[in-house]
Amino acid sequence: MRLAWVGIIFIALVSLLAVGLRLDPREVPSPLIGKPAPHFELPVLQQPDKRFSERDLRGKVWILNVWASWCVACRDEHPVLLEFSKSAAAPLYGLNYKDQRDDALGWLKRFGDPYRLSAFDLDGRIGIDYGVYGVPETYVIDKRGVIRYKRIGPVTGELVRDKLIPLLNELDRE
Amino acid sequence: MNLIASSALALLVAVSAAFADDAALDRRVMELAAELRCLVCQNQSLAESNAGLAVDLRNQIREQLARGASEREVVDFMVARYGDFVLYRPPLKASTFLLWFGPFVLLIAGTYVLVRRVRRQRKMNGQLSEADRLRAEQLLKE
Repeated sequence: MRLAWVGIIFIALVSLLAVGLRLDPREVPSPLIGKPAPHFELPVLQQPDKRFSERDLRGKVWILNVWASWCVACRDEHPVLLEFSKSAAAPLYGLNYKDQRDDALGWLKRFGDPYRLSAFDLDGRIGIDYGVYGVPETYVIDKRGVIRYKRIGPVTGELVRDKLIPLLNELDRE
Repeated sequence: MNLIASSALALLVAVSAAFADDAALDRRVMELAAELRCLVCQNQSLAESNAGLAVDLRNQIREQLARGASEREVVDFMVARYGDFVLYRPPLKASTFLLWFGPFVLLIAGTYVLVRRVRRQRKMNGQLSEADRLRAEQLLKE
């Protein structure tokens, strides 16, 4: 009887630790989910005299992807985004985060440009408003301009298939 | 001459006052930064970390405090963007209940088990069965 108890407690502890080890401590739940996307108005990376704001996309479901040429994980993610941009599931916009314009433009030239356009956040101020801390990060924003989903870290093909596409379809119907 | 001396003095006073202000602001920034977690390097505070984001956020804190914001307002600013996770002292609310009271629950449960066990053992020591007593007597006689 006592042995059974020890066994039960042991197994409970081990499974608790097993679950704990699998959780990713870097994935911090964003308080921004369900809140309006913070306002910004930034120069467009490719055309510095033009400006882009999240308000331009009211009434559309769209995706904002935070990237930088210095970000290694962004390179892993890039083919997935290129593939996604062809699917026309939702318009994909970039937020170029704390980057140099020339570096960013060179990066897009070299690896391809999946974005309708990229906003140029030189000092990372808008990044702070969006709670960015681990580039790349990806936000799904609905027709009312509310953030509905946030991904910290690279978007994978699986994530697009299992999470993003179903979510985008659902939001389109709203 | 007098004019030069007094204006030099005035300048000195103004500069040192500015420095003192700066030092006080610096201290407030660092005190607040020590309470906030750096999200890039999660085991360091914003005060300790030299990650790019930590530097940016320290500048944010400084700017806001210089603008006259209270500590509370700066903390709210951070929590609105990064969640409770940035706080080294998590607030008491439904989702953090286990975090705050879990250890006490474990302590109470542990004490209960210990007390029960000690009591039971004590009871057993006091109660020797008749057969055991006779056997013990016999053994002692031998």
